[in-house]
Amino acid sequence: MAELLQFLFSGLTVGAVYALVALGFTIIYNASDVVNFAQGEFVMLGGMVTVFMIAAGLPLMVAALCAIIVAVIIGILLHRLAIEPARGASHVTLIIITIGASIFLRGLASIVFDKQFHSLPAFSSDTPIHVGGASILPQSLWVMGGTIVVFMMLYFFFERTKVGKAVLATAANRLAAKLVGINTSMIMALAFGVSAAIGAVAGILVTPITLTNYEIGTLLALKGFAAAMLGGMGNPFGAVVGGLIVGLLEAFGAGYISSDYKDAVGFIVILLVLFVLPNGLFGKSSVDRV
Amino acid sequence: MNFTADKWKILAALTVMVVALTFVFPSSFYYRVAALIWISAFTVIGLNLLMGYAGQVSLGHAGFFGIGAYAVAIGPVHLGIPPLLSLIIGVLLAGALAFLIGRPVLKLKGHYLAVATLGVGILISMVINNEAQWTGGPDGMNVEALGIKSLLKSMGWKVKTAKLWYWITGIVMICGAWVALNIIDSPTGRALRAIHDSEVAAKVAGIDVPNYKLLAFVGSAMYAAIAGAMLAFMNRFITPDAAGFLHSIELVTMVVLGGMGSILGSVVGAAFLIILPQVLADLQHYEHMMLGLIMMIFMIFLRSGIVPSIANKLKGRAA
Repeated sequence: MAELLQFLFSGLTVGAVYALVALGFTIIYNASDVVNFAQGEFVMLGGMVTVFMIAAGLPLMVAALCAIIVAVIIGILLHRLAIEPARGASHVTLIIITIGASIFLRGLASIVFDKQFHSLPAFSSDTPIHVGGASILPQSLWVMGGTIVVFMMLYFFFERTKVGKAVLATAANRLAAKLVGINTSMIMALAFGVSAAIGAVAGILVTPITLTNYEIGTLLALKGFAAAMLGGMGNPFGAVVGGLIVGLLEAFGAGYISSDYKDAVGFIVILLVLFVLPNGLFGKSSVDRV
Repeated sequence: MNFTADKWKILAALTVMVVALTFVFPSSFYYRVAALIWISAFTVIGLNLLMGYAGQVSLGHAGFFGIGAYAVAIGPVHLGIPPLLSLIIGVLLAGALAFLIGRPVLKLKGHYLAVATLGVGILISMVINNEAQWTGGPDGMNVEALGIKSLLKSMGWKVKTAKLWYWITGIVMICGAWVALNIIDSPTGRALRAIHDSEVAAKVAGIDVPNYKLLAFVGSAMYAAIAGAMLAFMNRFITPDAAGFLHSIELVTMVVLGGMGSILGSVVGAAFLIILPQVLADLQHYEHMMLGLIMMIFMIFLRSGIVPSIANKLKGRAA
């Protein structure tokens, strides 16, 4: 029982990070139909910039804020310089562009920062909390709490603000959105910015537990993409559930089956789910007009 | 369009290129890089059948490449199977796996297809990384020689390894192009193109869509496996990177960069992406940045690929 609880805690912690990455995917996908494989790089930037700002003598909160701002700027630049000029290109072309961007950002990070692993101090305390024979780090609670806060804020943003509704309108029908006076290009830049901020937050929250390095983005992006797909592409709720499922499966797979194949579990489940439900768990089945 | 005439033109161009380059290459290094290009080009020609003709994307083809490579590595070392037989078994294995997973995977569309093929590729590379007692894990493993060099030697013909593999890979690549061109110029090829244009229309016209997609998937997987085996034999060493996600992406980029559906483009795309790191190697730390930047720039400004873009320019001028 204690064992089960332990796996549950670690699964929810990693799962929360995947959920944030998947949310980032979803926001960009909804606004622009682009699957952004550079999403993992925002997570990397969040962690790395914070680490180096703290090394430069800034307090944690200021450093974290700087990291989010840097990620947002890069996210908006990514849209302006790479996605916007390629408007109308095929899915594959856009996938290659975002992968090119992720390789570029990784290379840039290895030069601007370094190739070492870095850690951040835990936000509150390092002493594990004991629950029912299992233990959980306070930082894990920060990660889970942060994910919930981000999700709530997004919910509020999309449901209660005019700009949020404009993003949804753009996602639903770009042409119609344009016709009612929404600056869709601006909305897309906004989506990239918001998505980059979410990625950076994930990176800042999780670095005290998992460490960070210029290369961590790749696998995070793949798993975040997988999680978003599992939940049904374009569905924010599905993204969070998908992320948590992938995280939990990994933790239980590593605990009960084999830690060597921890990373495989998520992908096997995704393949099985897609074979049965080709549109993911919460995706609407689409009917193509011919 | 006159495919038959085009076919011989393309094959002649490739043959002239393979032969002519041997007159200008100053050192073994050039032969080695060129052999790497022919190997990648061979894979890309196969993948182009799937992407450029059947219109299905695969982000996991390095996995099949890895199966071919590790088959010729594991067969002789662990199981005592002769190298050539190992190659055949490896290619059949890759084909069988593609056949098994192809039907459910190819039912998916767009990004779901991308994530499924990506998952398949990653699972294959994870198995290769983790089963260290068979594959040597992340450190890679040595590969026994195919035995062509010693065979030639026993016949009194001494030839350098780099040059030998230049010719083997070059000839195999031309054969691969010939087979692909024949497929394109057949009822199967026309069916595949119809599927690319519109799956529904193809179905209405009586084309067995799932079967043709599966055929292209299995064929391209076997192409990749053959290429993987060639790489393993040439380098006499193989690491899991050959089956990794980044290699899959390189292959897809080669297809799109050269031009979807263009056989000549497959070779150009492969050449570009193999030569680029060699040129950038002098920049050391900036290599990855430059690679990412060039990928983005080409995809933004030359969307339809190098060869089709040039062909369109030439046509525009003639008209």
